[in-house]
Amino acid sequence: MGVGLILILITSLIFPGIVSVVKAKIAGRKGPRIMQHFYDIIRLMKKGNVYSRTTGFLFQLAPIIYFSTLLTAVFFIPVGNYKALFSFEGDFVMFAYLMASGRFIMIIAAMDTGSGFEGMGANREAFYSLLAEPVFFIIMGSIALHTGHNSFYDIFSNLYVESALTYFVSALSIYLIFWVSMIENSRLPVDDPKTHLELTMVHEVMVLDHSGFELGLIQLAGGLKFAIFGSLIFNLVLPIQNSYFLQLTFFPIVQVIYAVLVAFVESFRARNKMMRNAQWIITLSALSIVVFLTILIIHEKVGMLP
Amino acid sequence: MKEMIFITLITLSLGIFALPKRSQYYLMLGIQVFLAALTGYLMYLSFNRIEPLQIYLFDLFGNDVSLVIDSLSAFFIFVINITVLTGALYAKGYLKPYLRDKTRLEMAWHYFNFLILHISLLMVTMLREGISFLVFWELMSVSVFFLIIFESDKQENKDAGIKFLIQMHVAFYFIIAAFIICSIATGQNIGFESLEQYFKDYPAFPVFLLFFIGFGIKAGFIPLHTWLIHAHPSAPSHISGIMSGVIIKMGIYGIVRVLTYIHSYLMPIGVFILLISIISGIFGVTIAIVQHDYKKLLAYHSIENIGIIGIGIGIGVMGLAINNPVLASLGFAGGLLHVLNHALFKSLLFYTAGSIYQQTHTRNIENLGGLMKKMPATAVFFLLGAAAISGLPPFNGFISEFLIYTGLFKSLMVSDSILSVTLLAGIVALAVIGGLAVFCFTKVFSIIFLGTARSDKTRHSHEVRRSMLFPKFIIAVFIITIGILPFLMLRPMSFVAGVFVDDTSSLINMAGTMSGISLSLSLLLIFIGILLLIKSKLSKVRHTDIGSTWGCAYTGSDPALHQYSATSYAEYIVMKAKILVGVKKHFRYLTKEKIFPSESYFKTGSSDVFEDNLVSRPAGGLLSFMEKIAVFQTGNIQHYLLYAIVFVIVISIISIFGII
Repeated sequence: MGVGLILILITSLIFPGIVSVVKAKIAGRKGPRIMQHFYDIIRLMKKGNVYSRTTGFLFQLAPIIYFSTLLTAVFFIPVGNYKALFSFEGDFVMFAYLMASGRFIMIIAAMDTGSGFEGMGANREAFYSLLAEPVFFIIMGSIALHTGHNSFYDIFSNLYVESALTYFVSALSIYLIFWVSMIENSRLPVDDPKTHLELTMVHEVMVLDHSGFELGLIQLAGGLKFAIFGSLIFNLVLPIQNSYFLQLTFFPIVQVIYAVLVAFVESFRARNKMMRNAQWIITLSALSIVVFLTILIIHEKVGMLP
Repeated sequence: MKEMIFITLITLSLGIFALPKRSQYYLMLGIQVFLAALTGYLMYLSFNRIEPLQIYLFDLFGNDVSLVIDSLSAFFIFVINITVLTGALYAKGYLKPYLRDKTRLEMAWHYFNFLILHISLLMVTMLREGISFLVFWELMSVSVFFLIIFESDKQENKDAGIKFLIQMHVAFYFIIAAFIICSIATGQNIGFESLEQYFKDYPAFPVFLLFFIGFGIKAGFIPLHTWLIHAHPSAPSHISGIMSGVIIKMGIYGIVRVLTYIHSYLMPIGVFILLISIISGIFGVTIAIVQHDYKKLLAYHSIENIGIIGIGIGIGVMGLAINNPVLASLGFAGGLLHVLNHALFKSLLFYTAGSIYQQTHTRNIENLGGLMKKMPATAVFFLLGAAAISGLPPFNGFISEFLIYTGLFKSLMVSDSILSVTLLAGIVALAVIGGLAVFCFTKVFSIIFLGTARSDKTRHSHEVRRSMLFPKFIIAVFIITIGILPFLMLRPMSFVAGVFVDDTSSLINMAGTMSGISLSLSLLLIFIGILLLIKSKLSKVRHTDIGSTWGCAYTGSDPALHQYSATSYAEYIVMKAKILVGVKKHFRYLTKEKIFPSESYFKTGSSDVFEDNLVSRPAGGLLSFMEKIAVFQTGNIQHYLLYAIVFVIVISIISIFGII
């Protein structure tokens, strides 16, 4: 249990570094050090705070609650054979709702500043995440149906490869979880963290007024989110039956590939038009229904076409 | 003994009219505490009994009328007592400003109806004999009518009351019709007992549908909800809280009570309930998002939560149909636990809404803002309720939704393809409802409490008195306790689910899961605690500055002018759900010919597509038809005499020709 936790926490610190290094290389720049992100956070933590006079105590409390929900969510994710601390029936529901709680309080904090920009960002965050929510639940429902279990560990340990269609299912699930992770982290194509105009931002504009220790926590939480989704993807790639050695070697490899993919998407893909985002996310839900139908076909609940 | 209790109760209730204005309240509260204690004792006696507790009352036209209390009734008694008592406690402070303007009789009448409401709610859950059940059902509706029109000087309140009364009577006819059909078909007396025999002999669905419409109007399933969205905002807030907390739940009680008698043809009923609940849930919350009247917004959320309750009951029924005790017990336990949870957080939200209204005298959230600094305790209670209604941990709404989710995921594995798709729809619906609720409550909380004031309506507002905060505190304790220690609810809920299913062991087996939830939540709280500690240590050594909000480096502007508004927050949903919410704009163009433009106006608002097409349009058509007929009503006595003569002549001509 401890090993998985440590792996996720280490990943969360390094992941943003890898993404920015790869992005710099693609753009032909020299790029920061891999641990630069981490040093930035330490520097932020050392700084004092500036609070807006419009804000109240919720504004200061929110990043703490947000970070705590994500940290607690980490304890739900198994890594390979390393079972998570909390593993019970329906733990993925709890996991999703914990993430939602964190989001809820961050939206409240953004609205607390009374700024038009931050309200806009908060509004978009609430809207996109509500659209992305069904994707996660449909995928979890499908593979729960497939394996006959409903907790993270049991699902991933029984994700056997029996029919050729299962490959298709897990490939599609990984594809979808990848995009959900991009939406949850407010990266391309829904949001560009490097944009310079407040009007087009989503997540970055929400945290404009945070500073010091709290901003550091928010940055740490961003890394944690990537690490959490990275571990979910790892669990889909490598079923739990494999040996410990294989898993320990593969975990970093999968994370690095994931980070490089994120960097590639951020370098080569244009950002969606703001108005098209909703449609794009709903398309993902539609794709996730394909996963569900495939599972139904595998289990012969739906007759194959003659 | 029993007669004594009844006679004392009646005399005491009538005694309210004899008392001076200030002391009427205390008598009402006293009687309500007594009622709660009495029924609480009955509840204690009847919980976890195999046979329901029976107390013979009296003889009505040769039928024995007795109180029959099983675990289901006991559960609803608990919900009723807790909501009505907190509502009564809250009413003291809420009604204080009205004491000045209202006469002694008006106040007494209000309190008296409040008492009648409490009594009739309790009786409805305990009676099985048809006539007495219907009498108390009717008494409940009538007393609620008088409670709604408490502020009868406003025309909209009277309209809402009349709407309520009419729709309740439409519902009443459906219920009577269903009872009569069962009674005639089985030859038994009108009452729930006759249903047992009827559903054994005949297909269940048609009569169930009659019951569903009758009770569903009370519960507010879409499209039967149109009374609710007017009555909730119009009633005084303690009544709105009780209405949303328990009165609409009586509809749910009626439906589940009927379900206890159905043992065959259950599958279509389950799918029907599930589908209509999904529709209620999603449409309810979507329409809620565009509301700017916070009490109306909460009313739409009642519809959404009735949907969640219905999803639970729907899976429960499907579990019964496929003989799967796990699903049945999870579904019923989840759905009915949500009845309690919703009663708690919705009454909390309505009480806080009442406090806001009392301080600002406006129900339009666009006029509010920045109330957090003026009413911090109210704000915290509202936030608590908002998080709970959005189904977020560590609050109680999450627990019931979790049970329903678990039921849905478990049933996914044992079902056939059509059923799987239906269940997946349920899962997606719950997820979407959760997301939309977060969207809606971040909006309403932020616009009311955060940022800066949008108008000077909030200028004189301040924190409400202690007596109005205390009942909210009680509710908050319940909300957090259920949220953090959910295993406490497993045993009681297994008794309640035991009314429907014999084997509720699966609920008891959830204890591990529930303690997992508790443990993870305690870990969350520990993390928050540690981080707060670090922060407080840091803030002592680090420098803290106060500045203005980031305004794109432009510091001269007033933040109140460019902060986000409720309309813009809801814009995304308005765009995506255009047909459903029907936002309309009314304005007059500026005309060209004048040199100085005259006064113009702009008005925007949303309407409910169901109300427009199912109620307003037919009613309007009927009305215009009636207006055409009204040419005969001249008010002139000579004309009426003429009608009488014409009538006599026509009759005599007809009889001469032997047609009749």
